[in-house]
Amino acid sequence: MPVTVEVPVEKWAGTVRPVVLGATAAEGGTRSHSLTLGGQATLPFLGFEAKAPHPPRVAVEVWNRNPGEDWPEPLTSAWGAVLDDPAAWTQAAEATGADLIALRFATVDETGAPMTGGKARQVFKAVLKATGLPLIVFGPGQAELDNEILVAVAEEGAGERLLLGSCEDKNYRTIVAAALANGHFVTARTPMDVNLSKQLTILIHDMGMPLERIVTDPTTGALGYGIEYGYSVMERLRLAALQGDTMTQQPMLVTPGEEAWRTKEARAAEGVPAAWGDWATRALNWETMTAAALVESAADIVVLRHPETVRRIKHMIAELQQA
Amino acid sequence: MALSGLEIYKLLPASSKDPAEKAHGNCKECGYPTCLAFAMKLAAKQAELAACKYISEASKAKLSAAAQPPIRLITLAADGRSSKAGNEIVLFRHEKTFYNPAGIFVRVADTLPADEIRSQAQAVADYKVDYVGLALRLDGVAVEVASGDPAQFAAAVAAASAAQIPLILMAEDPAVMAEGLAQAGGVTPLLCAVAHTFADSLSALTQLRRLALKKNFRPLGYPAIAFPYLGGGGADMEMILAGQQIAKYAGFVVLSRFEPAEVYPLLVLRANLFTDPQKPIQVEPGVYPINKPTADAPVLVTTNFSITYFAVANEMESSGLPAWLLVADAEGMSVLTAWAAGKFDAEKIAKTVKGTSIADQVAHRKVVIPGHVAVLMGELEEELPDWQIKVGPREAVDLPRFLKTAW
Ligand code: SF4
Repeated sequence: MPVTVEVPVEKWAGTVRPVVLGATAAEGGTRSHSLTLGGQATLPFLGFEAKAPHPPRVAVEVWNRNPGEDWPEPLTSAWGAVLDDPAAWTQAAEATGADLIALRFATVDETGAPMTGGKARQVFKAVLKATGLPLIVFGPGQAELDNEILVAVAEEGAGERLLLGSCEDKNYRTIVAAALANGHFVTARTPMDVNLSKQLTILIHDMGMPLERIVTDPTTGALGYGIEYGYSVMERLRLAALQGDTMTQQPMLVTPGEEAWRTKEARAAEGVPAAWGDWATRALNWETMTAAALVESAADIVVLRHPETVRRIKHMIAELQQA
Repeated sequence: MALSGLEIYKLLPASSKDPAEKAHGNCKECGYPTCLAFAMKLAAKQAELAACKYISEASKAKLSAAAQPPIRLITLAADGRSSKAGNEIVLFRHEKTFYNPAGIFVRVADTLPADEIRSQAQAVADYKVDYVGLALRLDGVAVEVASGDPAQFAAAVAAASAAQIPLILMAEDPAVMAEGLAQAGGVTPLLCAVAHTFADSLSALTQLRRLALKKNFRPLGYPAIAFPYLGGGGADMEMILAGQQIAKYAGFVVLSRFEPAEVYPLLVLRANLFTDPQKPIQVEPGVYPINKPTADAPVLVTTNFSITYFAVANEMESSGLPAWLLVADAEGMSVLTAWAAGKFDAEKIAKTVKGTSIADQVAHRKVVIPGHVAVLMGELEEELPDWQIKVGPREAVDLPRFLKTAW
């Protein structure tokens, strides 16, 4: 006897807010195309419920200087000599299939001298010229220097619809003001907590920033280092968004590359159990697994570091979008 | 899904439309004054269905089905080891928790020589990796008939069962399956096949879980088994798909090969996602050597909340400088939370210093406390008169600089 099963479809009240990054010449910028995030009306990749209008995007990190010792060998060797030249690195990153370039400023320049707004302008200009992709720009994460660098970049790239980060509850006003004045967007970074994420979105919105220009960064831990907290916070934020809580409807960005390559699993070549397997493979798999889990839990942008992870995650997203 | 007392009452003789059955209603033979009272006891699981002799067969079937969990528990057992799947009650781990970690099995084809099968099965059985004091292990071996030959399949199953771990037998032909089963006493064969690609697997497994939990749809209320190597996209996509299936929502996952650099991240992912969100992973309290410390290396104290421990250990690790990390039993809370709750006070820190072997490991008597609990300084000096108390940074990220300059 044939059994008829009704496909269990959920009805959602809300959708994720669309955010359009990058401005073309017609829109007052120089990008070859713009990129829309968000718009989903269901949980990730449940095509039987609703087609996602825009897939999650992959951003690739480019630094203002060669990361050197900050990155383990399997990661630096994957890029090679381009690490010395942000423009060449940007082009290599674009060639891996990146949807966006995430330019990350360190506290120092290539000579080890402190970074300044002036130097940041030069690096930013070179990167902007090297690619037509929309850009994310991250400061080094120290309030004063973040403000100096991001204000300089915001002015230099006026009209480009850059995504500037990271706004945190202790330091967001200057960045938001610079973004507002120059037609940019901001990321709102909070430490793995649904309510904190919501609050910071509200604070930034209260400064006059339209919600269509805010991307949240709910933060994550790497696989084995607290990923379950980030994973569940993202699931909860996305469920809240779909249930109609308007202040949780921002697209989400997370940085699995940064987190995964800090772990011992990615960094330690020797003195680890044989059960961990080959170093280079395991290190790469650590970034892949971290990023993949976050894509499943509703990330709209994952910021990655290894070219092979980019290929794998792009492949995974393309497969999942077929639903 | 459990029925309420009233729902049960509607199935008992007093509510029956059949006059013969209804005649028994409220007869008290079950030991309760009325059918309703009996129904309430049944709902509270304080009575047995068998106590009423007059329940119709149809009602009995409904009542015993309702007593089953929405997703049946399946246990694959071997001598001493077992792998369980099922009994899940939520779609999202934050709603409660995921209970039975997806079983991870490694496939071996029966076309391999018996020795090879034996050694692969043994490698899977022996694989063990330590993760924050938990021993993570694989669950078993899936023997696949690739030869089509019942005798060869049987020999392969016999070779694999020598490792004494749970087995999954993969054969389509019932005759072949029967030969294999004869060699593996006590194995529960799994019948469920699911869609294979990334998209189909996610849709199908999500629908199965929703039907079981939200629609109480019994025929599909069993753990599903997934074969990520059938997803297409080549060998390096297999691990990613396996990860997806562990998260959403396979009961068992069969890998095509045994590769430690893939198995380790998958086991950690599983351990992370199946952690009870109400009971975060705690690190064993004790002394943790970082970067091969010697007797003059610094000693730092933190709590046993896993994220705190990882943040601190990771920064110390990446500084490249040798040090001792002393982990106090703060009931799995972070530094500030534990301090506020009185679980990480001067007494607790002193107890950790005295209760571990740290005093024997180092020649000096200096200990660094987290910057967030600098206020404990005075009290701690009283509790540990032989030790000099130093205050470290508030945030883990600042530890490398602290170790380089301030120690
Ligand atoms: S035995 Fe109890 S439940 Fe059954 S008909 Fe009599 S009173 Fe009702």
